[in-house]
Amino acid sequence: MLELERIHKYFGGLHAVNDVSFRVETGSIKAVIGPNGAGKTTLFNLIAGNLAPSSGVIRFVGREIQGMKPHRIAALGMARTFQNIKLFHGMTALESVMVGRHVRSRAGFLAGMLHLPSTWREERQIRDRAMELLELLEIAEFAHVEATSLAFGQQRCVEMARALAMEPRLLLLDEPAAGLNIYETAEVARLITRIRDMGITVLLVEHDMSLVMDISDEIVVLSFGEKIAEDVPRAIQQNPEVIRIYLGEDEEAA
Amino acid sequence: MTADLFFQYLFAGITYGIMYAIVAIGFNIIYNTTGIINFAQGEFVMLGGMIAISLLHFVPLPLAVAGGVVITMLVGALIEILFIRWLDNPSVLRMIIITIGLSILIREAALHIWGESIRSLPYFYGNEITTITLGPVRISPQVLWVLGVCGIVVLLLSVFFKVTPLGREMRACAANRRAAILCGINARNMVTFSFMLSAGIGALAGCVMSPITYTQYDSGTPLAIKGFTVAILGGLGNSMGAVAAGILLGIIEAYSISFVPLAFQDAISITILLIILFVRPHGLFGSGEAARLKEF
Amino acid sequence: MRYTKSRAILCLVALVIVTQLLTRITGTSYYLTQLTMSAYYALVVIGLTVLMGYAGQISIGHAGFFAIGGYLSAALTTHNLIPLAGSPLVQFLGRLGVLVRGQDIYGEQLLTVTPWAACLAAILVAALIAFLLGIPVLKLKGHYLAMATLGFGTIIYRIALASDYFGEADGISEVPGFTLLPGVAGLPPLVVNGDFDSRVQNYYIAWGVLIIGMVLLLNLIDSRVGRALRSIHGSEEAAEAAGVDTARCKLQVFVLSAVYAALAGVLLTHYNGGLGPSEASVMKSVRYVALVAVGGMANLWGALVMGAGLTFLSLRGVFGSFDDAVFGAILILVMLFAPDGILSLRLNGLRTCLKRESTDR
Repeated sequence: MLELERIHKYFGGLHAVNDVSFRVETGSIKAVIGPNGAGKTTLFNLIAGNLAPSSGVIRFVGREIQGMKPHRIAALGMARTFQNIKLFHGMTALESVMVGRHVRSRAGFLAGMLHLPSTWREERQIRDRAMELLELLEIAEFAHVEATSLAFGQQRCVEMARALAMEPRLLLLDEPAAGLNIYETAEVARLITRIRDMGITVLLVEHDMSLVMDISDEIVVLSFGEKIAEDVPRAIQQNPEVIRIYLGEDEEAA
Repeated sequence: MTADLFFQYLFAGITYGIMYAIVAIGFNIIYNTTGIINFAQGEFVMLGGMIAISLLHFVPLPLAVAGGVVITMLVGALIEILFIRWLDNPSVLRMIIITIGLSILIREAALHIWGESIRSLPYFYGNEITTITLGPVRISPQVLWVLGVCGIVVLLLSVFFKVTPLGREMRACAANRRAAILCGINARNMVTFSFMLSAGIGALAGCVMSPITYTQYDSGTPLAIKGFTVAILGGLGNSMGAVAAGILLGIIEAYSISFVPLAFQDAISITILLIILFVRPHGLFGSGEAARLKEF
Repeated sequence: MRYTKSRAILCLVALVIVTQLLTRITGTSYYLTQLTMSAYYALVVIGLTVLMGYAGQISIGHAGFFAIGGYLSAALTTHNLIPLAGSPLVQFLGRLGVLVRGQDIYGEQLLTVTPWAACLAAILVAALIAFLLGIPVLKLKGHYLAMATLGFGTIIYRIALASDYFGEADGISEVPGFTLLPGVAGLPPLVVNGDFDSRVQNYYIAWGVLIIGMVLLLNLIDSRVGRALRSIHGSEEAAEAAGVDTARCKLQVFVLSAVYAALAGVLLTHYNGGLGPSEASVMKSVRYVALVAVGGMANLWGALVMGAGLTFLSLRGVFGSFDDAVFGAILILVMLFAPDGILSLRLNGLRTCLKRESTDR
């Protein structure tokens, strides 16, 4: 599904990502963990196309995507959420999710202006599908509320619904449990498993160890931009190197 | 082109270039403390000249110039206090529109106060035909005034920002407003002060240039566009870069007269602006890495 | 959703008709002249609203596109090609059937481009310039975009002011009328011109064009592309991640708004019988921005109401010599106290209701 090969990223003198390689198998849940500043979000931005790697190859569904624009990568079937939620100001929850259908619909500029019959049929499908997803995430009642005015957890759900609306093959989740309490985190864990069961491969970056250990099939550990371990959760828990860097950190990261 | 003409153009170019650099420095001062591009910067230049011309009816020239500068500074401070100070984290779009609105109001006020007539201050030394011979060229003493005054301004500014506590506090606000506030710096006063400072510098430039370029109620906007071009060219926020870029633009403009009609002269600097914006938005002298951190 | 939208449009149509009847009854049909001009200016404003309010890209150069439309159609339909009649280009144009012969008031032979061809050419040129300018310019944000568009507007102004072809400071006058439809089956032809007799006709043409333009934009905003545009304004990064080609979207809407401005320029020039360089001035561009802002930025109806309303007052000379100052003040006051537009102060609740209804299908 996704394959990173010897990825490097420099910011000026800073070596943010250093020779990282790993694969994400189709149908699995893979997690990237690591202390603050380990380069996790940078890695995500490299995969999603927001940054171009200084060197290395990223393959997604058999195509090299390094340096490709984010919207083209998205069209290939990669969706993502953001660590600090990015919703569209001034749009309702439903409309936000409908934006997610962009890659799965076709109506162009003129068709939109002229409002052709084919366009409104497509519009109806977009709306129905978006509504279904809001129901799946149990936020259908907020469909017509401006998304940015919702509670934090609900905003997260809208973002997730928007990503799912794209019917992605791979879903990147950037700290999906950040800012959530223990019950909400358990909820998110169930949701992620369900997404995987829908046939969507998941790659997530996360601080919350319990979440990662429960649901991941495999874990990559990053520290200072380098991959220091990659294994199944049980093995990672016992890896002395991982324990060392995590015990060396403050409680927040543990 | 004869060598004589070559040097005449060169000096004309440098004179105008310094003028643009001063406007650019005005942009930089406010940009550095607030992240705002003040679209009314050109109007400060016009105001300085106009006020000094009016004061000249009552007081001698040096006092009139001083008065023009001080009153324009007060106008700058007033504008900041009335329109900018109390806005809570405004968007860039909002600030652009507000300062554009301000520039229109100042221009219209000037139109109603001074009318459409073209005015100017008298030459500070001698008159239009007085010249000083400098090697192969004859130049007006006013050109030396412009060079001298503007040189001193640039020098004083860099000393001010490097050495004085106030200057350091302003730089702190520019680097990280939040951290500066936490250190007990009153960031809001710094912003007011930066508006005063840039208004004052603009006004001073408006006064020394007035005998050469004349002053009219609407002479601000073209100056603002050129000043902005220079500010970008020199790297936004970089005053030394602005001086170099200003002189460069001034010289290009001066020589362009020989092959482009005068009416298209403004178009040249704007074309340069557009090209620079597309090719090197961080300026000729700025670094691309650092610029990526700013918002383009 | 079609329901509310079509109801609002019907209300507007009714209002337009009622206004015309009122001016007739009260014998104030001289108002129609300014109302016609207001409609064309409002066309620029609603086009700019989609760019600024919905897609979030500022342009302080739209008077430039208006002027490109106006000047090109004026120049093409007035400049006599007789002296060039022998040139291959003119002969080629003649074979295409886009040239028309006529006589000026002194009885001299004229050979000019037909208004239809001139109109199409003007709009195509405006669209092309917007396209070429948009590719680099729309990569810029904030101050840089504002300055770049301001610079573009100034260049157009300077060219209009300095070119002999465009009449320098005097502009172009004696632009002929624009026959939209020839007279058929006893119906009079549909002509855009400033004749006293066709005042009512022109009023309806202008408002008809504006309403059609409005319907198209309203449709666009509710469509897939419209949502994409609004998402760019909300968060460019998230829009990209959702697969929206933000660069392309911005470019398309930039070209669209330029076409609206150019079309308004073409029609108003034929209506007024000419135009001058002030139409290209920075102040005009700023005025359009002010009207978009006061209408509520992302609010097409607000833009239409404010665009037509305030322009009408300005054309009637209500603001006297403070005309520009009024627009400057509006700009500042709106941005200081009601950045979402003055309509938003009261109508926020109402708008949420409407929105709910409109998305409910």
